[in-house]
Amino acid sequence: MNAVVEEHHDHDHKPTGMGRWLFSTNHKDIGTMYLWFSFSMFFIGGALALLIRAELFQPGMQIVEPEFFNQLTTLHGLIMVFGVIMPAFVGLANWQIPMMIGAPDMALPRMNNWSFWLLPGAFGLLIASLIMSIMGMGSAPNFGWTFYAPLSTTYGPDSTDFFIFSVHLMGISSVMGAINVIATIMNLRAPGMTYMKMPIFVWTWFITAYLLIAVMPVLAGVVTMMLTDRNFGTSFFNAAGGGDPVMFQHIFWFFGHPEVYIMILPAFGIISSIVPTFSRKPLFGYSSMVYATASIAFLSFIVWAHHMFTTGMPVAGELFFMYATMLIAIPTGVKVFNWMSTMWRGSLTFETPMLFAIAFIFLFTMGGFTGLMLCIAPADFQYHDTYFVVAHFHYVLVTGAAFSIMAAVYFWLPKWTGNMYDEKLGKLHFWLTCISANVLFFPMHFVGLAGMPRRIPDYALQFAEFNQIASVGAFVFGFSQLIFLYLVIKCVKGGEKATSEVWEGAKGLEFDLPSPAPFHSYTTPPEVK
Amino acid sequence: MTVQNSNNQLNDNPKIIGKLLVLVVIMFGFGFALVPLYDVFCDVTGLNGKTGDKVSFKTAPVVDESRIIKVTFLANLNESMPWQFKPQQSFIEVHPGKPTTINYIAKNTSSKSIIGQAVPSVSPGLAAAYFQKTECFCFTQQKLKAGEEKLMPVTFIVDNKLPEGMSEIALSYTFFTSKQNQDLSEAVTEHLSTNKSLTLSLNQDHKL
Repeated sequence: MNAVVEEHHDHDHKPTGMGRWLFSTNHKDIGTMYLWFSFSMFFIGGALALLIRAELFQPGMQIVEPEFFNQLTTLHGLIMVFGVIMPAFVGLANWQIPMMIGAPDMALPRMNNWSFWLLPGAFGLLIASLIMSIMGMGSAPNFGWTFYAPLSTTYGPDSTDFFIFSVHLMGISSVMGAINVIATIMNLRAPGMTYMKMPIFVWTWFITAYLLIAVMPVLAGVVTMMLTDRNFGTSFFNAAGGGDPVMFQHIFWFFGHPEVYIMILPAFGIISSIVPTFSRKPLFGYSSMVYATASIAFLSFIVWAHHMFTTGMPVAGELFFMYATMLIAIPTGVKVFNWMSTMWRGSLTFETPMLFAIAFIFLFTMGGFTGLMLCIAPADFQYHDTYFVVAHFHYVLVTGAAFSIMAAVYFWLPKWTGNMYDEKLGKLHFWLTCISANVLFFPMHFVGLAGMPRRIPDYALQFAEFNQIASVGAFVFGFSQLIFLYLVIKCVKGGEKATSEVWEGAKGLEFDLPSPAPFHSYTTPPEVK
Repeated sequence: MTVQNSNNQLNDNPKIIGKLLVLVVIMFGFGFALVPLYDVFCDVTGLNGKTGDKVSFKTAPVVDESRIIKVTFLANLNESMPWQFKPQQSFIEVHPGKPTTINYIAKNTSSKSIIGQAVPSVSPGLAAAYFQKTECFCFTQQKLKAGEEKLMPVTFIVDNKLPEGMSEIALSYTFFTSKQNQDLSEAVTEHLSTNKSLTLSLNQDHKL
């Protein structure tokens, strides 16, 4: 055994070896594990996406069987949503919230450990189903990430039960993470930090945590109904037994729509932290940002059926969900204009985090606009289940949520590691990522409007050119992320030392701490005026 | 001051966790509560094309001879149902308010007795509230012995309050195997082997 002799300033007692990670109750170590977990899932989910794009490079069947193609789209969606975006945001919350509110750690450190370690189990189950499929032992889940019944109940492959338990575990993990965030924010704020003085990232996560607590149990409920339908003879979604498949969609989207805001509200918080720093101005309209976030969260509960316009809803229902959905553009617009006003006449500099933040504002807004097109019920009948929808949600999730995560990593990495990252490589990564993402996703708008359906391994000849362009973009995008991986490893290993402020004029309690931040953040709470 | 602050507040943790856990349980229950709520909502609003239960009239409704409504009859079988099932006529033209009886014919082509349950559905969905059945084989479960053929009557009245714009209604029945069947699995297996010829004969019937 190594003698535990380390340099101690304060009481930085770090356990060593595997135990440090397995039994960790430290918010920074757990945050790091969440981020690395998310990063590794990003490469797995990305590899599946590249297989999809390789298959779609040319019309006709090229590389994979249609049955396997369906499994690829399903697993890609599930991994990216539940394995990449959500854990990355939880990782950022773990790292940043205690530092930002002047707390020593999260409020519930042991639960924190448990909520992380459920994830490898959950994704182990899910990925095991894919491995079994590759080994010829039956299909992996093949019904799309939305797992509509009866496709996933009556017609689901045996591995659907793996999927169900995997979702249960993810749900428990998310709910525990959310409880932890709320308890931390309510109980551990530094004296003087009133709710309306909290950093905006903390505010967005506070609201996101409530969304998680409200809808993850509904997801758990719907997969439980699937489980009993499949194995215990109930008929929630089986018309033969008096159930209703359309009801599945209602319950699923009652979870699913707030879920998409779970994946974007923390992103708003990140962008609202980065833009003021590199504009050297305080955030414009702080309180309107808070209220806008809260109203988006509220509205997210009453718009779910805009995913279901083509199920034969009455006109009154379509109109209600159409107008309610349009309303969301108002608070979202408030945010976008606030970011622009923050930059207005600021002393802007364009380091990598700021580049990603500006790209986010521009490209996320484009994704928002296509969302407005989709919410118009009569138009949606044409767009429904086409590549236009795929383009829309990749603009908000990749150039939106994923870009914000990359921006956050560049922004706070020097604080985490104590070393500046390689700015040249960072810029290279940004430009390759930003351009290739647009080459990848922009043509999907065109093929979608022209009628190419989503989740199909083969397509009509006239879509070939746009699909080829998209596939080229996909491979550039995918391999560009290796630069990101290299850059992060390089920064962890060493580099130019970062100051405690890291960025000129950066505001916030986390920038009062030295870089790298000490193992326990604020052992004595700072006074906030 | 500072130390006292964080220590005092740490004691609030169990309270917050408790409240949030209650919220989690409530939301889990809410997911299941959506199931009956969904049915109630469809009942109240008349969405989903679900027709109501048996209707009886104390006095004969007024017949509106100025309007003619075309009622089309459709028959479906759930995939695991080894029966033949079709309406005797594919449509009928009726006046609103006039009671009308038509027949479906069902035949059990398997070698076991099977209990079936027909589930009606009316299209357009909003017409369902104006389509009233006074007698229907769908009100009870139907049992057919092996090879048995049976007439299945339905008596209905199209409400004369049917909105002006509607002149055609489609009534569709889907026959499901009832959960009360016990030896069904064998029957189904047998049925599946003869499935092709069955579908063929059904198709020919439709052409006639």
